[in-house]
Amino acid sequence: MENDYPEPSPEEIDRLYSRLEKEARQGGYNLNSDGEFARGLVKGLLVNERRYGYQACPCRLAADDKIADLDIICPCYYRDADVTEFGACYCALYVSKAVLKGEQKLGSILERRPPKEERQKLQPQPEPQSKSLLSASVAEPRAGPGTLKLSVPVWRCLVCGYLCGRDGPPEICPICKAGKERFERFI
Amino acid sequence: MVSSYGCDFMNSEHVAGNDKGKIMLYALSTCIWCKKTRELLQSSAVAFDYIYVDLLKGEDRVQAIDEIKKYNPGTSFPTLVIDGKAIVGFREKEIKEALG
Ligand code: SF4
Repeated sequence: MENDYPEPSPEEIDRLYSRLEKEARQGGYNLNSDGEFARGLVKGLLVNERRYGYQACPCRLAADDKIADLDIICPCYYRDADVTEFGACYCALYVSKAVLKGEQKLGSILERRPPKEERQKLQPQPEPQSKSLLSASVAEPRAGPGTLKLSVPVWRCLVCGYLCGRDGPPEICPICKAGKERFERFI
Repeated sequence: MVSSYGCDFMNSEHVAGNDKGKIMLYALSTCIWCKKTRELLQSSAVAFDYIYVDLLKGEDRVQAIDEIKKYNPGTSFPTLVIDGKAIVGFREKEIKEALG
């Protein structure tokens, strides 16, 4: 069992940590205030980026396949629900305000990500051109054009739920920085 | 401290210590909860084996995942197996109790 990548340097870890910290604050999220703990996870993100080409969740086994792992690129699709229910994401990189203030204690968090077999069932069949968004939950818009008259479609960020009306999803989510491939067509 | 050991896996590393039964930790090298679990075992001075599944390739990885599935169908980490009983996640109290 040898490490198969060069170790990220302390400077690299600091740089990503500072960026995530700033982005979290701007988006209304909080990083774990245990700096050493959080830095350990940030290091894992850098290691995974080297290994797989994307920042897969450090506490989950990545498939080395970006499409199969779209849901566990950090921040993952499960973060917000876990922060709401348990006070922290699965890894505890992100925590709730209550945890930050010490009003809520962190415990072990159950894995919310469905097992591989169920995820495969949820995966939509790839669709032609721009509709192929590889969303893990909804392939078709939730409301059809007959229900609502819209000048542009509505896109939903699968990580944080941000909605916007425009021809295509934004390059990155302005709230949580998820890439456009992690948006679904909502309406 | 670490050496190959004839456990379920050729790939697992053995940590010497007091014999408290057969203890196997399936972990990820990037996961901080896995690290905490390993540290807890180490500070308890028990003998155990561990394996970093994310560092395994090909057949070895498939074999490890099959093994974990027997105890924890969701294959999440850490999965700690003590004498055939699994503790999933860093559950400090449960782990300490299981170690006696
Ligand atoms: S947000 Fe999700 S992917 Fe990121 S560290 Fe937390 S659990 Fe892992």
